[in-house]
Amino acid sequence: MSATIYIPGDSGALALGAEKVAKAAAKELAERGIAAKIVRNGSRGAYFLEPMIEVETADGRRAYGPVKAADVKGLFDAGFLTGGQHRLALGDPEDIPFFAKQTRLTFARCGITDPVSLEDYEAHGGLDGLRKAVAMAPLDIVKQVTESGLRGRGGAGFPTGIKWKTVLDTAADRKYIVCNADEGDSATFADRMIMEGDPFVLIEGMTIAGIATGATKGFVYIRSEYPHAVAAMNKAVEVARKAGVLGATVLGSPNAFDIEIRVGAGAYVCGEETSLLNSLEGKRGVVRAKPPLPAIQGLFGKPTVINNVISLASVPIIMDKGAAFYKDFGMGRSRGTIPIQIAGNVKHGGLFEIAFGLSLGEIVDEIGGGTRSGRPVKAVQVGGPLGAYFPRELFDTPFDYEEFAKRDGLIGHAGITVFDDTADMLKMARFAMEFCAIESCGKCTPCRIGSTRGMEVIDRLAAGIEPEKSLALVTDLCNTMKFGSLCALGGFTPYPVMSAITHFPEDFKPAPARVAAE
Amino acid sequence: MSLQPASTEIAARTAAVISEMKGLEGPLLPILHGVQEEFGYVPQEALLVIADALNLSRAEVHGVATFYHDYRKQPAGRHVLKLCQAEACQSMGSDAIAAKVKQALGVGFHETAKDNSVTLEPVYCLGLCACAPSAMLDGQVIGRLDDEAIDEIVAEVRR
Repeated sequence: MSATIYIPGDSGALALGAEKVAKAAAKELAERGIAAKIVRNGSRGAYFLEPMIEVETADGRRAYGPVKAADVKGLFDAGFLTGGQHRLALGDPEDIPFFAKQTRLTFARCGITDPVSLEDYEAHGGLDGLRKAVAMAPLDIVKQVTESGLRGRGGAGFPTGIKWKTVLDTAADRKYIVCNADEGDSATFADRMIMEGDPFVLIEGMTIAGIATGATKGFVYIRSEYPHAVAAMNKAVEVARKAGVLGATVLGSPNAFDIEIRVGAGAYVCGEETSLLNSLEGKRGVVRAKPPLPAIQGLFGKPTVINNVISLASVPIIMDKGAAFYKDFGMGRSRGTIPIQIAGNVKHGGLFEIAFGLSLGEIVDEIGGGTRSGRPVKAVQVGGPLGAYFPRELFDTPFDYEEFAKRDGLIGHAGITVFDDTADMLKMARFAMEFCAIESCGKCTPCRIGSTRGMEVIDRLAAGIEPEKSLALVTDLCNTMKFGSLCALGGFTPYPVMSAITHFPEDFKPAPARVAAE
Repeated sequence: MSLQPASTEIAARTAAVISEMKGLEGPLLPILHGVQEEFGYVPQEALLVIADALNLSRAEVHGVATFYHDYRKQPAGRHVLKLCQAEACQSMGSDAIAAKVKQALGVGFHETAKDNSVTLEPVYCLGLCACAPSAMLDGQVIGRLDDEAIDEIVAEVRR
């Protein structure tokens, strides 16, 4: 048996030099005349260890990392192909604490298998969920998803099964499954990782959604900033079509389902479901007023399931292992697992999938290991650019939709950005308004104009011009944006702004006082 | 002499892109992507051809083409460098990185260098938030940007 070397092709690993490592490994293999296969797997998600390469040995897989191209020769000299000792040796990857502490359900295969090998996918439990689904009545599939307690992982947290039920119950000549892969929030990369590392799980989830609701066509709308995810999804769809997973007879059943990959064009607002639908139709990505709900009148006016990547990618395991199995994880009304993305100024950054309920402090301090700069943590932003900034005093907040809402925050797509004590929260509040102004679709006034006025008022605050009046004005403006905007862009921009003002008032004191305090 | 193609040529090449994509459901964005790939930007002349082919008004096509950040009104430089300026990268000093890059290349955001070597753009998230600060040079991703990485990027675009 020839050896197998796994070198991630995930864009996070590529950004840290995985391509050079792969080239160096191929060169060493050729020069030494060793017959070995290099598999470009996804990333397991520990970016502080990337590029992390693995070899298949008689005792299982052995990991080495973070590997630079210059380390490759030394690894060969140390006999890493058979698990030889080396200063970069990490042992069995499953035993690395960052991985050992996780519960990988949605990401069970990510980083382990060859992303575009359907054989590999099936050998690791892939398609088991779809096989069960094709033998079931649509209503029973919907029931199982509803009972699992799965909620929209894109951020809104709406029960997935209820969306599906509405589409199932709406009669139409054509229905659609749309996967929202416009993952624009800073600190989030779970969608990217699954598309690059295990694209078939998304295809399987979408196909199950199609069978459950009577939809025959699916679209994956991927942001243009993710060229590697686009390539992986296109390749996987092609493989799935050839194998009869997609097409006129899904796995030989009477169900038809096909998927098309579409690429966005750099508009953050298209992550909002109704503007995404407009964009897919070839229009400006302007938000639509609801009702009508997309489940009743969605893409091209037809009933449409629109779900986030992670919601859809969590469906196969729910169909395979049952609703009770999935529901058993989690707390309160937040059931199952959530892929937490730990990012920014953090020592152990990466993706950590676990049941809901971990406290924010455990995530930042224990799993994340504190800041990368070594300075104290000042604030963490949870839920992307529209999420609130949390101070250390709120680190006891459990990771749960309702618990975060109680503290005027949101878990969103579960991205966490860590900031050290050099962060200027006034600057971050201003950036939230600036970002909203850049990305606003322009349809509603609170978002379009409020964001620009918000920037100006915060600038006045920074300059120490009528500070009390300015603070009252920005608070009032946030209130208007929160309750008067059509969608979450204008509606949630107040979260980072107001949380920064509430929890870090010292950063909003007039300039002379700020200088004196330093 | 203009480096940009003549309008008859633009029309012909645009028509070829359209004929490839016209069968798609909601073909406008794929067509605009195709046109940009063909020319490196979306020429004004192409908008008219697209509008005719899809039975839309020119205003509608113009509206769509200008809504999205990706579509260029004029060609970019030989290289395109995108620096992430979103929160996770800010937490790792992307502001300072951007200032250094601007100084080294002599261009600001949304500008192309006079020698046409590079166009510099901000980007709001490349999904590389656990290896911040990050950048993309001609589609190639770069993480944990530091002074050394900036020097390499500058050398690359000047080559």
